[in-house]
Amino acid sequence: MANGSLANEVSYLEYQGKHKGIMGWLLSVDHKRIGLMYLMGIMIFFFVAMTLGVMMRLEMLTPGETIMKPQTYNSVFTLHGVIMVFLFIIPAIPAVFGNFMLPIQIGAKDVAFPRLNLFSWYLYMVGAILAIVSLFIGDGPADTGWTFYVPYSIRSAQNVSITTMAAFVLGFSSIVTGLNFVVTIHRLRAPGMTWFRMPLFVWGLYATSWIQVLATPVIGITLALIMLERFMGVGVFDPALGGDPILYQHLFWIYSHPAVYIMILPAMGVVSEILPTFSRKDIFGYKQIAISSLGIALIGYLVWGHHMFVSGMSDTSRIVFSLLTFLVAIPTGVKIFNWVATLYKASIKFSAPLYYVLGFIFIFSIGGLTGLVLGALATDIHVTDTYFVVAHFHYVMFGGMGIMFFATMHYWFPKVFGKMYNEKLAIVACTVIIIGFNTLYFPMFIMGYMGMPRRYYDYLPQFQGWHILSTVGSWILVSGIVFMFGNLFYALLKGPKASMNPWGGTTLEWKVPSPPPLENFDEIPIVTGGPYVHDKATYIMYPSKEGINANGGVKTVNQEAAL
Amino acid sequence: MNPIVELVDNSFIFIVAISVLLLLGVTVAMIYFVFRYSEKNNPKPDQSITGSTTLEILWTVIPLILVLAMFFYGYEGFKEMRNIPPNAMLVKVTGKMWFWHFEYDNKKTSDTLLVLPQGKDVRFELMSADVNHSFYVPAFRVKEDCIPGRTNHMWFHTTNIGEFDIECAEYCGMNHSYMLGKVRVVPEKEYLEWVNRVDTVKKTDSLTAPTGTVPGTVKTDSIKTTQPKVDTTKTTGNKKDTLKVNPKDSLKKNK
Repeated sequence: MANGSLANEVSYLEYQGKHKGIMGWLLSVDHKRIGLMYLMGIMIFFFVAMTLGVMMRLEMLTPGETIMKPQTYNSVFTLHGVIMVFLFIIPAIPAVFGNFMLPIQIGAKDVAFPRLNLFSWYLYMVGAILAIVSLFIGDGPADTGWTFYVPYSIRSAQNVSITTMAAFVLGFSSIVTGLNFVVTIHRLRAPGMTWFRMPLFVWGLYATSWIQVLATPVIGITLALIMLERFMGVGVFDPALGGDPILYQHLFWIYSHPAVYIMILPAMGVVSEILPTFSRKDIFGYKQIAISSLGIALIGYLVWGHHMFVSGMSDTSRIVFSLLTFLVAIPTGVKIFNWVATLYKASIKFSAPLYYVLGFIFIFSIGGLTGLVLGALATDIHVTDTYFVVAHFHYVMFGGMGIMFFATMHYWFPKVFGKMYNEKLAIVACTVIIIGFNTLYFPMFIMGYMGMPRRYYDYLPQFQGWHILSTVGSWILVSGIVFMFGNLFYALLKGPKASMNPWGGTTLEWKVPSPPPLENFDEIPIVTGGPYVHDKATYIMYPSKEGINANGGVKTVNQEAAL
Repeated sequence: MNPIVELVDNSFIFIVAISVLLLLGVTVAMIYFVFRYSEKNNPKPDQSITGSTTLEILWTVIPLILVLAMFFYGYEGFKEMRNIPPNAMLVKVTGKMWFWHFEYDNKKTSDTLLVLPQGKDVRFELMSADVNHSFYVPAFRVKEDCIPGRTNHMWFHTTNIGEFDIECAEYCGMNHSYMLGKVRVVPEKEYLEWVNRVDTVKKTDSLTAPTGTVPGTVKTDSIKTTQPKVDTTKTTGNKKDTLKVNPKDSLKKNK
């Protein structure tokens, strides 16, 4: 009875509304189509920034000039950082998969403000275009590093203004998306979906969204002040005009440190989705994982000063920031221990997304634990601003968020596109990626402790062996990534049709067809239990057919009015 | 013995040792579970396991104790770094795009080459003439930023005779990676001879002939380096920004 009506609906991919063809996408307010449009943009920028990264590694192959001049190298690492951080890492999981899955997972037909959602995609594209434009006009691309530290960023004759403008606009896109998600999670949960019945991906997005709303305005103001300083010489940061360059660093990291958690919390949310699905059992310590997300978001606000241990900040603040930094390790540890414990006495179906998650736990643990070296004052003063830091944040950002983005693509690919990929090839690709990743970044820890500073175009001869190893690693890693995307792309064109629930998942997105229809549900379901219960049904998908009036039931949410 | 080097290396080893144990624990448990509780070996999952308060407390409290110990170790080393001996000799360090300038107590100056007597505590006053730099001597495990408009402090003890690399660790523009130098630790007699030798032509000693250049490696770039008006830096010559000051002027102002 229930299945009959669903099967007749067209999927969101084939749906024809008021607008046809490409306009049907560009003007669509459907959260799934917007998510896919984000995916397009994000993939393009990921490949651009990855190419820049490969060029940097190639330059580092030999001391002195290998393929480019120092000025070019400085612009290349700046753009690699800006594009990766602002155009890939921050929006990747929330804007693509958050948009796509959040409303479905909480049993809603769309986000709370669908038009605002489309608007934030346009802001993202405007920011992205500004970043690209800055490459080609004016005096050449910015060469300040993605941190835009003053006074250099004020004095540099390169095109810093447009690049900061791009980051400014992208910040707004981020704020708008965050606001949309917070309201959606508060107002649009299906009846019976209490806070502690929400999937953990939703918890991750919830914590992330608050950071986006509360911290991003700080970077907006800071970047705006840089532009004022460049155009009008207001002198907030420039010491030659009575400003304070340390103030800039504080303001920058008040946003950019919490931003690290914007990047990683949604990825951690997906780990908590994938593990129970392939374990065939409930997640271990649901509440602890959910609350640790909020804990990370909260403490994450208070640790920004650890980026400035050698800046000349007062000794007292260095000690306080070091102590607070260590505290953020606790909720992160709690998550990792709970994830591993989930596998205990499970019945594990070994498949591609799980394999990526296992790789993530290993690599992310290295990233997290080396963070302890950077949190301790004595060791940080030696290794800060060296390759040790470069290695650490690539382990956390790429090994953490990046690999989880790949895991997420493999996990939700059948749901998003309704096609299935070759799992064996996906596992091969993942193995190559893990080997390449460690060959690329692990030598950087060693170089860092030996005293190789970051952002160096040239280096002293004692580092060359490690640089060669690292560059070889970059080739392995890129081959793995290209192979992985090739496999997925082939599946998109020629892959067999995926079923509604190929993995045996228990959350709501697996109860709707693959790909889902336009408004996700025929009827708003009623939730009767936790998100990862495998041995009994916890959703009533057609309340009216079972004689239940949803509006008179557990919780009244006026879904239609919100749309 | 150099106390700072010892403290930094010891806290590093302490943190890495605990980290390796934790990493091994997590990884081995994870891999073991994946094989032991695979679909084949364990067809029926135990649905009753959803958490354990005891375990949650254990893996909150034990890591908390461990990280507090790490914090304490790091703090101890840091205390030594900031505890500048009162009778330490003073060298003023100024970072400029893209070379290091040293000034001794007797007004003797030197570029790129920092000559120091063996077995002495040396205090540094760190300044910048233009943008942010960071004075980093890896062999002594210390670094501190040079920020325009303020003076930062740092010290180390010269234990062994030898030459040690100086690197700029805070990105400062085109030739950031060529902003290198050497600490040359010599016996005290040799140092006194050097520091009291006043050149009649110019008072500046340099490791390499022209200021800020790099021996051999980049001939073409090094010519640009010597000129303050490089294309990356806005100078007074630039029509657009009359308010901006030549880096060299700003140094005078700060003094």
